[in-house]
Amino acid sequence: MTDPMVPSLYRVARFSRETHDTFTIVLRPQKAEKSFTFAPGQFNMLYMFGAGEVPVSISGNPLDKKTITHTIRAVGNVTQLMRQLKTGDRVGLRGPFGSRWPISEASGKDAVIVAGGIGLAPLRPVVYQFFARRKRYRRVTLLYGTRTPEDILYKRELKRWRAELDMDVHVTVDRATGSWRGNVDVVPALIPRAAFEAGRTVAMVCGPEVMMHFTVRALKERGLGNEDIYVSMERNMKCAVGFCGHCQYGPYFICKDGPVFRFDRVERIFRIAEI
Amino acid sequence: MKTIEDLLKEHHFFKGLNPEYISLIAGCGKNAVFKKGEYVAREGKEANHFFIIQQGKVAIDILTVEEGPVIIQTVQAGDIFGWSWIIEPHFWRFDARVLETTHAIALDGKCLRGKCNEDPKLGYELLKRFSSVLAQRLEMARMQLMDIYGSKSGKKKRQG
Repeated sequence: MTDPMVPSLYRVARFSRETHDTFTIVLRPQKAEKSFTFAPGQFNMLYMFGAGEVPVSISGNPLDKKTITHTIRAVGNVTQLMRQLKTGDRVGLRGPFGSRWPISEASGKDAVIVAGGIGLAPLRPVVYQFFARRKRYRRVTLLYGTRTPEDILYKRELKRWRAELDMDVHVTVDRATGSWRGNVDVVPALIPRAAFEAGRTVAMVCGPEVMMHFTVRALKERGLGNEDIYVSMERNMKCAVGFCGHCQYGPYFICKDGPVFRFDRVERIFRIAEI
Repeated sequence: MKTIEDLLKEHHFFKGLNPEYISLIAGCGKNAVFKKGEYVAREGKEANHFFIIQQGKVAIDILTVEEGPVIIQTVQAGDIFGWSWIIEPHFWRFDARVLETTHAIALDGKCLRGKCNEDPKLGYELLKRFSSVLAQRLEMARMQLMDIYGSKSGKKKRQG
């Protein structure tokens, strides 16, 4: 990356709808020879020409150097426009930026991945990494909570992970009607049942802060320490390189020092509403 | 084969409880099996049991005009289900429908209420434990009410 403020041109190679408001785009660099490497947990700044730029976590496979995948929820002007992208359309991309999930730290240990809503997207690269090197890790558990059965992301992959990855996958929704036969509860409620051993576990948590708060508490009740828990924090990011200060979070800039933090680094400021 | 008393002793809900009390409680218990589709509880009906789920899954429903029954919680193996038996007026506050064949220990609330009245310390111990279940449930219900995965989820700025 020469100048982190200058976007590179990418083209949409594939667009797929995930849920009523969430979609996944696979991007290829306009210059075919260009490769892209990232670490799970990192994000890019995606630029819709004439509209603006948004930070988006990378949700694809870190071993794939040819394409870059993002799962996006259409909630603002820029992302609403992104929902209309078609194969071949161009977007600008800056990145990757930010810190990574503790993949190597989880080696030889149990791993618990706890995702809420769109928070599954930045954790999907972690699953791909585990998939690629499954023997390095002991028990791997994915706990995923979302609003309703219709809001579940990556439905086919969840089934595949459960079947092929020797991984415990538990999905829960906040409410359901009709034919849903799965769990209905909030995702922290799954933690008491999850199979992991305190002292030999790394937990990775991503979702709304309220969900992370209760999840961290439930993990601690199972014996995990602050140093065993990693959270991905969210603030309004603009420059992505720690200059503008928009994403300041206490003594940190989320874009540069985060988004992934070991919990002992942020515990002191985690529940301060003003920060 | 384990007795009901053995199973109660192993359950986290009864952790720290005097073994004599566990024997007393087990005396009000029996094994129960519910088939898929069967109702374990009906809103407004008398609540004379609580259950320790051994296997299976039960949906707690609330009937809505717009969507019919909405599942607000599921309970499964290891969960305690039912607190209406201990809180007056002892009527179920919701429907509970079996999603998968469910094996449970059914504890007779009338029998237990009698024992609690005779020995308020037992009543206090049980009420403490059910208060904890209720507090946890209340907290989780508040979280569900916040609709945290909805479009107005506060400070969530980065996508995905």
